[in-house]
Amino acid sequence: MNFIALKMLIGDRARYLGIVLGLTFASLLITQQSSIFTGLMTRTFGFITDLALPDIWVMDPKVQFIDDIKPMSDTQLLRVRGVEGVDWAVPLYKGLLKARLENGNFQTCNVIGLDDATLIGGPPEMVEGEIADLRRAEAVIVDDVGAAGKLARVLPDGRRVPLAVGDSLELNDHRATVVGICRVSRTFQSQPVVYTTYSRATTFAPRERKLLSFVLVKAREGAGIADLCLRLRAATGLAAVTRAEFREMTVRYFMKYTGIPINFGIAVVLGFIVGTAIAGQTFYNFTLDNLRHFGALKAMGTPTRALLRMIILQSSVVGFIGYGLGVGIAALFGQLTRNTELAFRMPWQILALSGGAVIVICVASALFSIAKVIRLEPAIVFKN
Amino acid sequence: MSDSKAFSAPAAGASNGDEPCLAIRCRSVTKAYGTGYARVTALRGVDLDVKCGELLLLVGPSGCGKTTLISVIAGILDRDGGECRVFGSDFQELPAGERTRARGRQVGFVFQAFNLLPTLNAAENVAVPLLIAGVARRQALARARDALAQVGLAERASALPAQLSGGQQQRVAIARSLVHEPRLIVCDEPTSSLDHANGEKVMEIMRAHALGPERALVIVTHDARIFHYADRIAEMDDGRITNVKNPPAAAG
Ligand SMILES: Nc1ncnc2c1ncn2[C@@H]1O[C@H](COP(=O)(O)OP(=O)(O)O)[C@@H](O)[C@H]1O
Ligand SMILES: [Mg+2]
Repeated sequence: MNFIALKMLIGDRARYLGIVLGLTFASLLITQQSSIFTGLMTRTFGFITDLALPDIWVMDPKVQFIDDIKPMSDTQLLRVRGVEGVDWAVPLYKGLLKARLENGNFQTCNVIGLDDATLIGGPPEMVEGEIADLRRAEAVIVDDVGAAGKLARVLPDGRRVPLAVGDSLELNDHRATVVGICRVSRTFQSQPVVYTTYSRATTFAPRERKLLSFVLVKAREGAGIADLCLRLRAATGLAAVTRAEFREMTVRYFMKYTGIPINFGIAVVLGFIVGTAIAGQTFYNFTLDNLRHFGALKAMGTPTRALLRMIILQSSVVGFIGYGLGVGIAALFGQLTRNTELAFRMPWQILALSGGAVIVICVASALFSIAKVIRLEPAIVFKN
Repeated sequence: MSDSKAFSAPAAGASNGDEPCLAIRCRSVTKAYGTGYARVTALRGVDLDVKCGELLLLVGPSGCGKTTLISVIAGILDRDGGECRVFGSDFQELPAGERTRARGRQVGFVFQAFNLLPTLNAAENVAVPLLIAGVARRQALARARDALAQVGLAERASALPAQLSGGQQQRVAIARSLVHEPRLIVCDEPTSSLDHANGEKVMEIMRAHALGPERALVIVTHDARIFHYADRIAEMDDGRITNVKNPPAAAG
């Protein structure tokens, strides 16, 4: 009977393609949009995960997410260092500054100022040069994507020459020299990232009373991190959160205050609806058109159970193929856009989600078909 | 409780002694469709015997209940009252699953509209009753090709129904009804969609291959051109058998 079921399905070329394409479309759209969404959300906290060393981030209590900079005064650093259980605490500057390019254009850069003594908070990976080179005069380290992209020099013939070690640029009218190229996790904002020392960053920054963005804290061995957060808050009146908490705060902010989840949610729901409409409808029509044949099979001695197994087999086959194609195309898309601006992350949960959606579509359309076939009277075979 | 074995075992008790082998025995069979004002009485007490080895034609005006009667006989439609036994057993007394299986083994069907699966080739269509019975595919297809040879279509085994003429399609359908050697074959207007020559051919094949001492063939028709193929002709009107007669002598 499996043989008959498959022949029935695949022999009806146009319908079969319609159903498979509908399911492919649904699983492709769901997988791809969810993956871009997850990719974007991962980028929002890319900077936090890059900073593996500190346990605790201390910041102004009003800060809502990583790019929400509410500067504190430098004296807060000393107060943090005075709290029991702190192994070390270092300052971090994070701010958007304008860089003047050689051609006279301006480019906003994400400038990170690291503790002069320890250089803690530096990039996770160096492509060229070393972090210690930041101790040289006017030194900055630029991320590879920014160097090759927005900070690149454009030749008259249109070719782009990446910013390289030894080149210089101007940050807020201060000269800076590139001493290294680093690789960082993509962040939500796609500005180039420029690392320098804390003291140099504060000279680049516009003169303001407060310039300290974050204090990065390492807990002393044995001191509970959660307890230390409580003590830091009590002692300083500042916010003190673990890396994981800060990451969650950041994601929650983007989820809540940007249209991103809604937009992607709509695309996913749309994929589901359109997929259901195309595949479900076509599958149901396929069953309806074959009803007289199912009736003939029933008359010729096929038990209803066997007919239902045929339908389930048919819907499983289109489900598997559609899902496989959809996820495959989505993965290919992710692979092709790997080194571009586009965020794309496809964890197993997304594969499960779109698999679940395909199953729902297949089960729903199979159920409609099954309801028809169960009620089928074999006597219809003699109706012309 | 009737045993489905009664269908497959030779009708031992029925064929020896004084009693002639009875393929079909219907008494006072009634059937109505719908309820209330929409109620249509299709069978008003049908009495009919079909003997083993017999080809019976069932004729009568449109709407008189012929299709309803053979549906009841073939076990695909429940009667409301009366009695109907096929080779001694009553389909309606069997539990649903067993009834379906017994029908698959014992009854072959031929339809006016052929009802071949359009995406299966001729041999595959013919193999369907065997596949339903659980015969392995290779073996089922081999037997299907033999059945196709019986109806003169050995060469067209891998043709799709759409690539065959109407007469050829009906011969494929007949091969399908023969392939599992059912004891009863019911046909509803098998020649109505065919021209005279093809109708004759179909009837000749059926006479040659669908009959045997333990088998029977019931054909509903209003095609007078094929009356002379019958052993007996049962005339029906308004839900009753009104007359059973012998066929006219073959013309020409
Ligand atoms: N499924 C059905 N529902 C309601 N009425 C039916 C149905 N099938 C047949 N009938 C009615 O029952 C009567 C007998 O029909 P049928 O057995 O098909 O006659 P025939 O085959 O002799 O033309 C007709 O009046 C027909 O309209
Ligand atoms: Mg009829």
